[in-house]
Amino acid sequence: MSETSDLANGDAAKSELDRGPTTSERSAKNQIRREQLRVLYRSPGFLFGVLIVGFWVFAALWPSLLTSVGPKEFVEAGPRVKPGSEAWLGTDKNGWDVYARIIYGARPILIVAPIATAMAVIVGTMLGLVMGYYRGWVDEVLSRVIEAILSIPIILMAILVVFTFGRSTPVIIGTIAVLFVPAITRTIRSAAIAESDLDYVMSAKMRGESGLFIVGREILPNVTGLVVVELTVRLGYAVFTYATLAFLGFVGSNITDADWGIDVSQNYEQIVRDIWWPSIFPAIAIASLVIGVNLIADSIDKALKS
Amino acid sequence: MQVTESLGLRDSVATQLSNLSVSVVTLDFGESFSVATGEPVMSLVWKAVANSAKLVILSLLVIVPVSILGGLVAAYKKDSWIDRLIVNTGLAFSAIPDFVAGVFLLAFLAVPFDFFKVQASAPPGSGPLIQIQHLLLPVIAVLMVYFGYIARITRAGTITALDSDYARTAFMRGLSTGRVFRKHIARNALQPTVAVLGTQLGYLFGGMVALEIVFGYQGVGNLIIRAVDRADYPVLRAGVLTVAIIYMLATLGADLLVAWMNPRARQTLGDN
Amino acid sequence: MTTTEPLPTETEAEHPALAIDGLEMSYIVRGTPRAVLRGVSFEVRAGEAYGLVGESGCGKSTTAYAALRYLPGNGRIDAGRVESGGQELTAMSGRELREFRAQRASMVFQDPVQAVNPVLKIGKQVSEAFKVMGQSNSEAHASALAALKRVRIAAPESVMDRYPHQLSGGMLQRVVIAMALACDPTLLVLDEPTTGLDATVEAEVLDLVRDLRSELNSAILLIAHNLGVIRTMCDRVGVMYAGRIVEEGTVDEVFDNPSHPYTKGLLNSIPRRGLRKTDRELFAIPGSAPPIGASLPTCTYIDRCPIATEICRTDVPPIVDRSDGHWTRCHHADRISDVPEPQEVTVNYNVGTEQVIGVNGVSKTFRQRGHDVPALVSVDLGFAEGETLGLVGESGSGKSTLAKTMLGVHAADEGGAITLRGRQMAGKATARVEESVRAISMVFQNPDSALNRSWTVRRILHRSVVKLTGVKGAAADKRVEEIAEAMQLSPRHLDMRPRQLSGGLKQRVAIARAFAGDPEVVVCDEPTSALDVSVQAAILNLLAGLQNEERTSYLFISHDIGVVRYLADRIAVMYLGRIMEIGSTATMFNGTNHPYTEALLSAVPSVDGIAEDRIPLMGAIPSPANPPSGCVFHTRCHRAIKGLCEVTEPQMVELSAGHSMKCHLTVEQLSEPVHIDPAAVLAVAIDDPLA
Repeated sequence: MSETSDLANGDAAKSELDRGPTTSERSAKNQIRREQLRVLYRSPGFLFGVLIVGFWVFAALWPSLLTSVGPKEFVEAGPRVKPGSEAWLGTDKNGWDVYARIIYGARPILIVAPIATAMAVIVGTMLGLVMGYYRGWVDEVLSRVIEAILSIPIILMAILVVFTFGRSTPVIIGTIAVLFVPAITRTIRSAAIAESDLDYVMSAKMRGESGLFIVGREILPNVTGLVVVELTVRLGYAVFTYATLAFLGFVGSNITDADWGIDVSQNYEQIVRDIWWPSIFPAIAIASLVIGVNLIADSIDKALKS
Repeated sequence: MQVTESLGLRDSVATQLSNLSVSVVTLDFGESFSVATGEPVMSLVWKAVANSAKLVILSLLVIVPVSILGGLVAAYKKDSWIDRLIVNTGLAFSAIPDFVAGVFLLAFLAVPFDFFKVQASAPPGSGPLIQIQHLLLPVIAVLMVYFGYIARITRAGTITALDSDYARTAFMRGLSTGRVFRKHIARNALQPTVAVLGTQLGYLFGGMVALEIVFGYQGVGNLIIRAVDRADYPVLRAGVLTVAIIYMLATLGADLLVAWMNPRARQTLGDN
Repeated sequence: MTTTEPLPTETEAEHPALAIDGLEMSYIVRGTPRAVLRGVSFEVRAGEAYGLVGESGCGKSTTAYAALRYLPGNGRIDAGRVESGGQELTAMSGRELREFRAQRASMVFQDPVQAVNPVLKIGKQVSEAFKVMGQSNSEAHASALAALKRVRIAAPESVMDRYPHQLSGGMLQRVVIAMALACDPTLLVLDEPTTGLDATVEAEVLDLVRDLRSELNSAILLIAHNLGVIRTMCDRVGVMYAGRIVEEGTVDEVFDNPSHPYTKGLLNSIPRRGLRKTDRELFAIPGSAPPIGASLPTCTYIDRCPIATEICRTDVPPIVDRSDGHWTRCHHADRISDVPEPQEVTVNYNVGTEQVIGVNGVSKTFRQRGHDVPALVSVDLGFAEGETLGLVGESGSGKSTLAKTMLGVHAADEGGAITLRGRQMAGKATARVEESVRAISMVFQNPDSALNRSWTVRRILHRSVVKLTGVKGAAADKRVEEIAEAMQLSPRHLDMRPRQLSGGLKQRVAIARAFAGDPEVVVCDEPTSALDVSVQAAILNLLAGLQNEERTSYLFISHDIGVVRYLADRIAVMYLGRIMEIGSTATMFNGTNHPYTEALLSAVPSVDGIAEDRIPLMGAIPSPANPPSGCVFHTRCHRAIKGLCEVTEPQMVELSAGHSMKCHLTVEQLSEPVHIDPAAVLAVAIDDPLA
C-alpha cells in the first residue's frame, strides 16, 4: 500500500527536468518555509493557541493594563465574595481580587517555564547531537546516566534538588532545565544516529570534514524541525512542573505573592465549603496555558510534516 | 547535631548525592527508624506503597482499556470526525497538571454529589467497594491526564501496522477485517503502547504527589513530600529508593512483555 | 495438495482469468483527482503469463492492485471494468471479494521481508492461507508443509518453526509464493517480485516460478520494470506509458521488433547483446515522464517522441495491428524506422599505462561482539588513467567495504596500502594530505541519502570545491557553475534543494560533487540502480563522456552485468572479501571463467531471450565471520573437487595476459560444460543469514 500511496500522494515536484519554482528566482528554502507557514496560519489549533498564550504573555508584561486592582490590595467588596459585578471572579479569603491575582500570577510562570525550556533544549540538543554522532564509550556512559535520571519522576527529583539548593527562582529555573535535558537528549540522539547512517555524512567524512563541522553544519539543519517540536512540547511540561512545584510550596515566592499554583494550594480546601472560585480560577488559568501551548506545539508539528 | 552528622548532612552536596546513588545501587536503606515519628521506616514505606498500588492498579484497569480502545478506533477511522475528537481531546488534556484536574473534579463532582468522596482515603476498616468509591475521583483525574498520551501512541502504532505490507498481504489473502486485526495487527500495533505503559507505571507511583495531597491520600508521593518537609531523611531515602526500584521493575516487565510480543526484540534482549 | 476448491465450471473455463477493459483510475490528492490510469485494456488467459512493463509512475502497480480490486484510500475507478472468470470485480460485495481473494486470486509483492508478519511463525502464517479455505488446523498444517516442499525448500519442518527475521530474502519470497499458491489460484499477480534481491537469488525465484507454471493452470500477471525478467518469464507483454498501454504482443515480437517509439527508446537505452561504450552511446529518451494527474494531449508520449506531428496532439492514436496479436498505439506506426538510433561513438577511449591508484594487499577486519570478521582479504587492484574497472559480486561480498576503505572511511589493516602514483596514503581520510583526499571521490547509490536535504545544490557543490581544492570566493563560485554546466544542470537548479529534483537530476548533482575536486578515481557504487532505465542511460552516457574528457578512472560497482559490460574496460569479481577473478571485459565474457563468475553470468535475465544453461548456486552466501575452509567458494561450487577445494585456498593464477583467477581447476576442466537441473536444487535456511 505504501508504494501506491506514494504515487497517490504524488510528490509532483519530483518528476521533471523542467519543473521548478515559479519563474521568479525565489530561493528554494523560502518556498518550503512559506508553504509550511501558510498551513500553520490557517490551522485553527494554532490560532486558538496563540490567542490564549498571547493573552497570558500580555498579562505577564503589562498587568496594569488589564486590571486596575493590585494583587494584594484589599478590595472594597470584602473577603469571600462570589464572582459578580463587584469582583469579576470573586475575592479570596483575604479579600483580594481573584481576577487581579490571576493576571499578576501569569508573570512568575511565564518567566520560569520559557527560560528553563530554552536552556534545556540548547543543552539537550548539543548533547544529543554529540552522543548520536560520536557514539563510543562516552555515549554508553551518558546513556546510562540518562536512564538513571529518568527513572525518578521529575517532580520528586525537582523536590529533592530544590530542597537541597534552596528555593530561589534561578535554582528553580536551573532545576527544571537540568531535569528536562535527559529526555530531550534522548530524542535528539536517536535522530542524530539516524542521520549519521545516511550517506551525506559519509560523504562529508570522505572529504575530511571535522566532527564539529559535520555535527553543526550537516546534521543539525536536518533536526531543527525536531528541535522546534521538542521546544514547544517541553514548554507545556515546564508549565506543568512549575505549577506543581508552586502548589507544593517549593517556589521562592511568598505565600502571598500572586502565583497560580500557590493560589490553588492555599484555597482548594475551601471548595468543600462551596467557596470554589479562589482556587478554580487559578486552576483554569493553568489549564488554559497548558492547552494553549499544546495546541501551538501540535500545529507546528503538523505543519512541519506537511 | 549527632543525627545530622550521622546522616552525612555535613558533607558537601557532591558527597551526599554520590552517597545516595550508591545506596540506590546497593539497596542500602540506611537507618531504619523515622526521625519524625519513630516508626520503623519500612512499615511506613510499605503502607504508602500499598496505598499507591491500589490507586495505580485501579487507574490502570480504567486507563488501559479506554485509552487503547480510543487509540484503535482513532486509527481505524483515521481522519474522520471521531478520530479528530479523540486526538484533540487527548491533546488538550495531556500535560494538565494532575492536581488541576483533581481540583476541578473536587469542585464539580465531589461537592455537588455525595457519591464522589472528597477524601481518597476511606475510613479505616472499610470494605473494598467503599475504598474504590473513595478512589474514584483520583482515578478519573489520572485518566484525564494520561488518556491523551496513551491513546495517541496506540493510534500511531496501529496506523503503522495498518499501513504495513503484511497487513495488506493479509487483506489480499481474503482475511476479514476482524481477523486481520486480531491475528496480525494487534501484536504489532501495541508494542509501543506496552513500552510506554511500563514507564508511565513507574511515574504513577511517585509522581502523583500533588494529586495525593489534593485528595488527602497517603501514597508514596505524599510520604516523600512530608519527609522532605520534616527533614525526615531515613524515610526520604527509603521512599526515593522504592520509587526507583518500582520504576525499574515496571520497565523491565514492559521490556519482557514486548519481547514476548516481538520475536525480533528477543534477540537484542539476549545481547544485553 | 489438498484444496477445497470446486472444479471450474464451463463458463469459468471460457472466460479469461483476468480481463481489464478501458480502466480509468485516479487518486484524489488534496481534493483534486489526479488521473493515473487512462484507459487500460488487456486480457490474461489461463495458463499464460502476461507481463506489464514500464518505468516508475506509469501505473503498472496500480493496475496490478486493481486486478484484485485493492484501491488505496484515495483511489477511485472512473470508468472501465475489471473482470475475472466472467465475474465483475467492481460489482462484488465485501464477502464475495474476500472469497475471490482467498480462493481464486493471489498476489506476491515486491519486498518479501515486509510482506510477512514479523511476530508470527512461518508455519502459522502459511497454515492460515489454508485455514481461510476451510481446512481444519491439522489439515492446514499438513498442507502448509506440502506447500513449502512444493517451492523447493529443504527441511520445511524447521522453516515452519522459524520467525521471518531468521530467514533470508530469497527464502521468504519462496514462502510468500507458497502462500500465494495455496488455493491453486486462477489468477496469480506478481508485482516486482524480485526487485531488491541479489541476481542469483532473483534467478532462483524466477526459475521456481517458471517451473511451477507447468504444474499450475494459473494465469500469471507479472509486473516488472526489468525487461530481461519479462522476456524470460512471459509469453506476452504490454508496454505501459503514462497510464496507457502503448504496445502489446508476444515478447519475441515486441522486444525484437518494437513498433512504438517509446518501446524502441526503452530498448535502445539498455546495453543489449553485449554492447560496449566503444560501440555507441546509449539512447536517453529526452524529457521525463509526466507526473500523475497531468492533463496530457491525446498521445501521451508526444513531448518526447521523435516522430510526432500535429495530429498526435489532437486525435487519439489508433490501435494499429502489426501482426497477429501485436499492436501499437501510434499515428505513425509506419514511420517507426525513422526513430533515430543512438549516436555512434567516434572518440577513442584511451586507457593510460601508468597506474594512478593502487590497492595493494588490502585487508580489512572488523571486530564485532568479540569475533573478528574479515570483510576484505588481501585485495589487489590497480587503476590506470582513464580506465573503468567494474566490480561485481553478491551483497555481502565486500564491495562497499572496499569502496569505503579506498576512500578513508575505514583504515586498511596493517600490511595493506592504498597508493597514489606510488606514494602510500594514510588510512583514514582525516589523516590524509589534501592531495590524496582530492584524488578519490565517490558517487553513492541512493541520491536521497547522499545529498544533504537541507543544503541547496549550490552549497553542496561549493563546499566540496572549497574543501577539496582550497579555492575560495569568486573563483569557487565560478568553478561551481562550470561543473554544474558540465553535468547539464541549469543555473536554476543550483538554488534548489534535493527534494525538488528528480532522481536523475539528483544523481547528476552527486556526480558533479564527485568531480568537484578534479579526482583521479571516482568510485561509483551502484549509481544507477535506483533510477529508471531511460534516466540510467543518460547518466551512463554522462559518466562515459566525463571519463573521456577528464581522464578519470572509475571503480564501477553494480549488480547489473549488462551495464558493467557496457562501461568497464576490466572487470573484477568479488566473493566474501576476496577477488576471485579479474580480466579485461572481452576475456571475461568470452570463454572460461571462474565457477562463481560462470554462475553469476548465467543468472542474468536477458532481454535478448533465455541464455544458455542456468547454473543455480546452492545455498546462501556464508557469513564473512565464518568463512568456509580452503577455497571460500567451495560450499556452493558446482565444479568443486573433493579433497582439494575444501582443504587448500587457491592462489591467484594468471590464465592469459591480464586475466587471472583464484581456482584450482585448469582451463580444460573449466571449459567442460556442466548441466544442473534447477528443480533439484533445494533452498536451505541458514541461521543468521545477514550477520
